[in-house]
Amino acid sequence: MADVTFIVDGKTLTAPAGTLLIDACRKAGIEIPAFCYYPGLSLQAACRMCVVRQEKVPKLQTACTTPVADGQVFITESPEIAQARKATLQLLLGNHPLDCPVCDAGGECELQDMTFKYGAGESLYVEAKQHREEQKWSPAVYFDRPRCILCYRCVRMCGEGMDVWALGIQNRGVTAVIAPNGGDHLDCEQCGMCIDVCPVGALTSGTYRYKSRPWEMKHVSTVCTHCADGCKVTLGVRRANDGMEIVRADNRDKSGINGDFLCAKGRFGFDFVESAERLTQPLVRNSAGVLEPTTWEKAIRHVAKRFQEILSARGAGSMGVIGSTRTTNEENYLLQKFARTVLKTQHIDHERTADYATFHGLLVGSTGRAASLKEIAAAPAILLLGGNPTEEHPLLAWSLRSDVRLNHARLYVANTQAIRLERQAAQSVRLSDGGYEKLVRGLSGDEAALAGLPGAAAFRDALAGEESLVVICGAEFRGAALAAPMRWGLSRPQVKFALLSDGVNARGAADMGLYPDLMPGYQLLAGDRPIHTEYAGMPTTSGKDYAAMMEAAGSGGLDGLLVVGADPFAALGVAEGALKDTFLVVQDCFLTRTAAQADVVLPTASLYEKTGTVTNSYGDVQMVRKAADKAGVKPDFEILVRLAGAMGVDVRMLVPFGDAQGARADMGQTRGAQAGEADRHAVWLAANGLEPKLSPFDPLAILDEVERLVPEYKLDRLNLFAGNESTTEPGAGFVSVESLLQRKDGVVATHPGLFDSGLLSERTSALQEIRRHQEKLAVAAD
Amino acid sequence: MPRLVSHPDEVKIVTSRFGKGAAKIDTYLELGGYASARKALAEGAEWIINEMKASGLRGRGGAGFPTGMKWSFVPKQSAKPKYVLVNGDESEPGTCKDHLIFLHDPHAVIEGTIIAGLAIGAKTGFIYLRGEYRYLIQIVERAVADAYERGFLGKNIFGSETEFQVIVQTGAGAYEVGEESALMESLEGKRGVPRIKPPFPAVVGLYGGPTVINNAETIATVPHVLAMGGAAYAAVGSERNGGTRLFGLSGHIERPGVYELPMGYSLRKMIYEVGGGVRGGRKLKAVVPGGSSTPVLLPEEIDIGMDFDQVGKAGSMLGSGGVVVIDDQTCMVEFALRTISFYQHESCGWCIPCREGTDWLKKSLTRFHAGFGTEKDIDNIQYLAENMMGRTFCPLGDAAAMPTLGFVKKFRKEFEDHLHGKPCPFAHHPEVVLV
Repeated sequence: MADVTFIVDGKTLTAPAGTLLIDACRKAGIEIPAFCYYPGLSLQAACRMCVVRQEKVPKLQTACTTPVADGQVFITESPEIAQARKATLQLLLGNHPLDCPVCDAGGECELQDMTFKYGAGESLYVEAKQHREEQKWSPAVYFDRPRCILCYRCVRMCGEGMDVWALGIQNRGVTAVIAPNGGDHLDCEQCGMCIDVCPVGALTSGTYRYKSRPWEMKHVSTVCTHCADGCKVTLGVRRANDGMEIVRADNRDKSGINGDFLCAKGRFGFDFVESAERLTQPLVRNSAGVLEPTTWEKAIRHVAKRFQEILSARGAGSMGVIGSTRTTNEENYLLQKFARTVLKTQHIDHERTADYATFHGLLVGSTGRAASLKEIAAAPAILLLGGNPTEEHPLLAWSLRSDVRLNHARLYVANTQAIRLERQAAQSVRLSDGGYEKLVRGLSGDEAALAGLPGAAAFRDALAGEESLVVICGAEFRGAALAAPMRWGLSRPQVKFALLSDGVNARGAADMGLYPDLMPGYQLLAGDRPIHTEYAGMPTTSGKDYAAMMEAAGSGGLDGLLVVGADPFAALGVAEGALKDTFLVVQDCFLTRTAAQADVVLPTASLYEKTGTVTNSYGDVQMVRKAADKAGVKPDFEILVRLAGAMGVDVRMLVPFGDAQGARADMGQTRGAQAGEADRHAVWLAANGLEPKLSPFDPLAILDEVERLVPEYKLDRLNLFAGNESTTEPGAGFVSVESLLQRKDGVVATHPGLFDSGLLSERTSALQEIRRHQEKLAVAAD
Repeated sequence: MPRLVSHPDEVKIVTSRFGKGAAKIDTYLELGGYASARKALAEGAEWIINEMKASGLRGRGGAGFPTGMKWSFVPKQSAKPKYVLVNGDESEPGTCKDHLIFLHDPHAVIEGTIIAGLAIGAKTGFIYLRGEYRYLIQIVERAVADAYERGFLGKNIFGSETEFQVIVQTGAGAYEVGEESALMESLEGKRGVPRIKPPFPAVVGLYGGPTVINNAETIATVPHVLAMGGAAYAAVGSERNGGTRLFGLSGHIERPGVYELPMGYSLRKMIYEVGGGVRGGRKLKAVVPGGSSTPVLLPEEIDIGMDFDQVGKAGSMLGSGGVVVIDDQTCMVEFALRTISFYQHESCGWCIPCREGTDWLKKSLTRFHAGFGTEKDIDNIQYLAENMMGRTFCPLGDAAAMPTLGFVKKFRKEFEDHLHGKPCPFAHHPEVVLV
């Protein structure tokens, strides 16, 4: 739309015609208060706080419903307007309980802020306030009815934003009240978005209510640990007797790739950190065969000694390493480097959840073909092949819904099962097993392939008309099945791709080369790339993969196995005692089935207790910041460095820390809860061409090397450290798909649900309680 | 059937068929019914709109917007279907005119709807009847069925190639739904709260289509306007206020009832001649000129003509034409309480000033009336009402604030007396329960 010029408070502003005055003003730094207005949701004009004076218009106008036009003149601050806002606040406060001293929202309440600003301090009424009892809608959501100011943000967020429509309005007039769809309970996805948008303390979180005050917490923005979408989550942490505890998780910092969004796992799934089952001391199996608590020094020395013994006795390839999709890029990189250069083995793998090797191979040589989440969220058209984003990738589902709703994007869904996103689809086809292959052949021009697929011809025609398209494949697409739709897309000029996975750093684990046959950046074991020079001396024949390693270990073929954050005993159904002849070291937060079989268990920090970066399904690299702290646990990064050190390795070879002058200053060990300053300092250092790599335990010290040796990781460091995402470019790699397509993809899909992320969700009491609530509802529905 | 009243000063146009059994289609036809619709069909949209403009007919719902102009705003071309919507959600206290029209002359509404449809090029009309008017629905539905049977409605109205359908719908009992956009929400099956304007109904209305929405009296007047000619109709009323109006006289008056009088008719004459004066020969204390939402007039303010402009100049509104006469035995605090109780009960709750304001006004007035008021309450009541005025999402907030302001400003002395002559200086006040 053409720009128009208008005057606000004497300032001449310009905005596209039709922009809402409230948006235009806020963009220009002119504050307009509002309760009901919420960007991206439908307009209400109900709270009357945004009233402004428009020249030549008799009544005050609501800025949220006034589209700007040429020549308009507005006043947004005047005694008249201040009085109107004050009077509205007085009316609101009339029935408001004013229980701010105990209210969860006290201190971060929009009603408080506005009362403070407009000074509705005196009470005009003597009658009793309207009281209504508080309601527990679910373990996640509580509704304190008298605090509600009826701004309808929750109703719209649930309906328009989440497409769940679980909230509505009952009664009318002063008895009007927000009500859940179950009458007295919520039958919904329990995402808690209603709590997030509530401007007051009416909707409160089951995991946080009455636990703390906002100013008692430090608010740390980091990345959620539960799924591969990588939402930014704000953790509210507070001092506890054994470190820093997480009191709350929400989306207070809305600057992330998730914008307004956070799902149930991100919001309520953090108490695994405080689980009673959490390991806080290293365990070493004693002569009686029992795991016995010991000190870190003893445990590290013991492991280092045994590793050295195995190495010297059995040589290269005698040990295996299994990594995880929950550890950071730095840890994964260090783990494979440790394996390849210290343990001298190529038996390296992780719990693969998507075939990123093939994905990467197909994109090599092209540029701009991988879609970041932001690109998906703004794409004019999206083809979703397989997957079930609403259940397994809630942020992707949110982004697609918002794109359709706000940008009028066209979503095309092809799936073998019914998925919720079909509701937003411009067109959808339901396929039988094997239908994807036929559909893709049909898209590529094979008319006969579409016979017997109802609606497929129209589907193809509509896609043919889309100039710019993002193709998103579910994790079930791998190998040739993934190559087919990608080759179809690559034959067209403006098609981008994304491949879904499970695990917060599933993409990062693959990118960092936790493969028996691929180096970081999917580079082959042999070659003349810089990495091959730097990793001189490592074995160059492919190692055993995940399953093969477990099998070999079971039959005495592996002498040592280091498992970091994975649980192969559970994932592969390995029998107890199967590895009794292998020296098994497990690094994990909990005594998993695998850990229970280990000779040494090293208790690790969770993602919420360390610093680093993770890469989501869409290649967005984001900074993880240490929020919580637990005495006794250590980050995997530090454990690996100390192991190497204890094995007599020159740690500088592994982690290039310190500058040429040999500075050893430690800026908070791993940039942690108390090291917000260190992070800001890091930004400054980077801006001045300096590297904040001062400690061997600082995982960011290894980022330089990652950037140097992994072609697709050319990170915008300032942006990354400032808390934004920096997107990888898979096309910058070297390996062609032909060399990758022949290999076993080894993917084991996990299909986590809305409340499920495996190990962590099982140990999160809040998520378990929500699950029980949902199960009860499901039973009642039957 | 309510007793019909009559007075020689009346100019019976809209009420000309009242009491003659015109609800029966044969009688309606004998009395000249459906001739205007046939003529409109023959003459076409432009002619209809010109006649309507010439008639000076202004909306009888309360706002008084010129009908012809409203119709001319509807775009000629529209991708979405256009609609005619008859607002029969008559709910304003003191107003009972539309109900008589539906009772005595339902075909006039149907005929007016057809004409409006022809004027804007709509194929469907809706008659939305107030939920509490359940006893009228059979009459209106019978009339619609008869019109279909005669071929006046349907695919080919009056044997022409033109289609027009009429659907009757009732509300569920909400004053708020009398607001045009809330009525559309209600008709679409949603919660009856108003919509944001713009867009106005003429552009985006019912089901997103361009919609003309008129009060039932306005629509029932349309066939008469075309029958007698716009100019002739205009000549009946006062300047810029064409024709007649159905005034509902109620309250403390000798001969209450609905009278059809020319626009601009003297309020004093209306009370003392047409209505036969204040009941029991008592003294006049105040008059509510246009339904309960209009500010009260004092005895010295009644020498005005009853049209939109003159009543507006006197500081009130002609509104829905419900004239409520108040005698000198009435407690104005109680009257204010009764009025605000209605609006508190009917507020939809959408926006803050109306939802909370009506409730606090009611609470304060209840206490004040019961004798527990303070000096400060009077100011507070005025402050509340002043701060609701012009601040609400829809006109209901104004409708509640305006009369309250009128009572407090014009009868402040009585409020003050009330404080001292606790609880109420008038003997006949009913029991008031403190909330």
